[in-house]
Amino acid sequence: MPVIVAENISKKYIIDHQRKGGSPSIRDIVNETVDKVFSRKGKNSDFAEKEEFWALKDVNFSIDQGDRIGIVGHNGAGKSTLLKILSRITEPSTGQIKIEGRIASLLEVGTGFHPELTGRENIFLNGAILGMAKNEIKQSFDAIVDFAGVEKFLDTPVKRYSSGMYVRLGFAIAAHLNPEILIVDEVLAVGDTEFQKKCLGKMRDVSESGRTLIFVSHNLTAIQALCNKSFYFEKGRLIDQGETTHIVTNYLSKVSHKSLEKHWDNIDQAPGSDQVRVKSFRLLPEYQDNLSHIDVRTPMHFQFEFWNLEEGANLNLSMHLYTFTGECIFNVGTQSEPFAKGLVTGTCEIPGNFLNDGSYVVSMMIVKDTSTVLYNMEEALIFDIEDFRENVTWYGKWPGYIRPQLNFSIRQTEHVVND
Amino acid sequence: MQYTTTIKAGGSEKDYWKELWLNRQLLWILSKRDISVRYKQTLLGVAWSVLRPLMTMVIMVFVFSLVAKLEGDPGIPYPLMVLAGITIWTFFANTFTQISNSILINSNLVSKVYFPRLLMPLSSVAVGLVDFMISFTIFLIFTVLSGYPLSWNILYLPAFVILTFVISLGFGLFFAVLNVRFRDIGQLIPFIIQVGFYICPIAYTSRLVHGQWFEKYYKLNPIVGIIDGFKWCLLGDKAYFDVQSLYSTIVISFFILILSVLYFRKKENTFVDHI
Repeated sequence: MPVIVAENISKKYIIDHQRKGGSPSIRDIVNETVDKVFSRKGKNSDFAEKEEFWALKDVNFSIDQGDRIGIVGHNGAGKSTLLKILSRITEPSTGQIKIEGRIASLLEVGTGFHPELTGRENIFLNGAILGMAKNEIKQSFDAIVDFAGVEKFLDTPVKRYSSGMYVRLGFAIAAHLNPEILIVDEVLAVGDTEFQKKCLGKMRDVSESGRTLIFVSHNLTAIQALCNKSFYFEKGRLIDQGETTHIVTNYLSKVSHKSLEKHWDNIDQAPGSDQVRVKSFRLLPEYQDNLSHIDVRTPMHFQFEFWNLEEGANLNLSMHLYTFTGECIFNVGTQSEPFAKGLVTGTCEIPGNFLNDGSYVVSMMIVKDTSTVLYNMEEALIFDIEDFRENVTWYGKWPGYIRPQLNFSIRQTEHVVND
Repeated sequence: MQYTTTIKAGGSEKDYWKELWLNRQLLWILSKRDISVRYKQTLLGVAWSVLRPLMTMVIMVFVFSLVAKLEGDPGIPYPLMVLAGITIWTFFANTFTQISNSILINSNLVSKVYFPRLLMPLSSVAVGLVDFMISFTIFLIFTVLSGYPLSWNILYLPAFVILTFVISLGFGLFFAVLNVRFRDIGQLIPFIIQVGFYICPIAYTSRLVHGQWFEKYYKLNPIVGIIDGFKWCLLGDKAYFDVQSLYSTIVISFFILILSVLYFRKKENTFVDHI
């Protein structure tokens, strides 16, 4: 029996190129209105700056009771927008969703925690915000405190908590919600490995008790471990749905194909600025199978080409490597050197046995005089590193973002002499 | 019990009010949060709520009574009249400001979790209500000390407090929505309150306006009737109070409230898109 039926869901945002972030001020509106009323030219030029953006477009699906749905897709594919609509934080521009049953969504750990209030006060506050009744919270109070491990600090304001305690308390409250449908967004991005295991264990309990789970994560291993079905979103459209294994394979192959290389042949259409234009950015692994899987042990290098349009400019490159969830792993830069007009190529080598398995995102900055950023190519490449040596089971993932092979040895330093 | 939710464009729930009622515990908890946060980490704590109206009263008595030689209603000590006026005006000003800012202040909640958004402006009133109780107590103490007789009119007081709440919610909800769309509305609010302070009968009595050519415009301001009525409750029949003006006050207040609730409901589902 379907518990969620979504028909033709779309969500439109108006992007205003004139205004750089933030809400418009009244002055902006007044100016625009004056322009619109008094000049025909104003009408065209102002509207040209506004652009419609469909964060979701004609999405249809139905979810049965007890389904555990994983949602995969790149940043900006519409996953978060869908979650926001399902949790009623915003409404769709078109379409309709029918939901049967009590729904709770966990888009953030510790929503509404107030730093000045004590742990005890925040448990009641957060629980109520998440939709728990007071007696429900009272019943689970001891279990929450126990799960979070904060007994000693119950009457301390949470601003004095360590970030780990804060997150643990937040998740502990959420874990004791008892909805029929639970929506979870990337909560696992926070906290240490130990805690992530605890969270996943709890979510597995939820799914095994026959409740419906909708889970968005960049952690494909977690999705594979938890979800029986998956949705794959791209550019606001639901492009594929079905068995998780099938969807994840499909997603991975697209990720690798799409982002291991980017290039522009026409300098006029290439991204960049007045002074520089990007020609290409490639990730070149030393060994690669035909599905472009990259193994943990594989050495690789990044090759970045750009046109320098200004004679004698002092340029250097700065590369950031991020995890898929946005933590920066490192930032490396080249020396700054003067360059003539023409093509410039930068190469960065990454040794094998250095990065851990997982998804990574690279961004590249072209910097002038070591201070002015001429162009920042964000999310330039996205790639996955996989570990083929062992069967990837849930607890089998090596902790940490990097996994370097360091000189680490053991030897016998004393023998016990038998008398 | 089976819950069915329908999510669609432009449509808040038909059982919105039922949902609001089901969330009354959250209303209580959010109110409690605001109150306890307010008095944590302050040097003088609750004393501020006592000191502020007292200091305002002393300054006003000095400026208007001693310097400008204004007089109140005959037979009513000027300081008492001012204190009564300040008590209700401060309640209006505080609740109005807090309601106007309630959505922005709670933007972390708005963007992460759903509950009927009307809970935020409603709960933000709590702090103002506590402050009102405090300054009302100060007023009573002053009256008793000065030997001025309290009148039975005081029994009507709750009605005027509720009216003040209605009108501050009516104005506040409009501003709460506008505040999300246009951030500079926030700058306008203190100015409105400053202007309001002078066009409402706080430092003077409406008796002075009676018979003037601008009286009918003056009485369009619904707060005028409320303040006059409030003074009449506390200071007795010697205070100037035109019962006729109360009817228009009530009609205007509820009319504004209904309009602003409709406006708020229309916009509340897309707040997050502008935060």
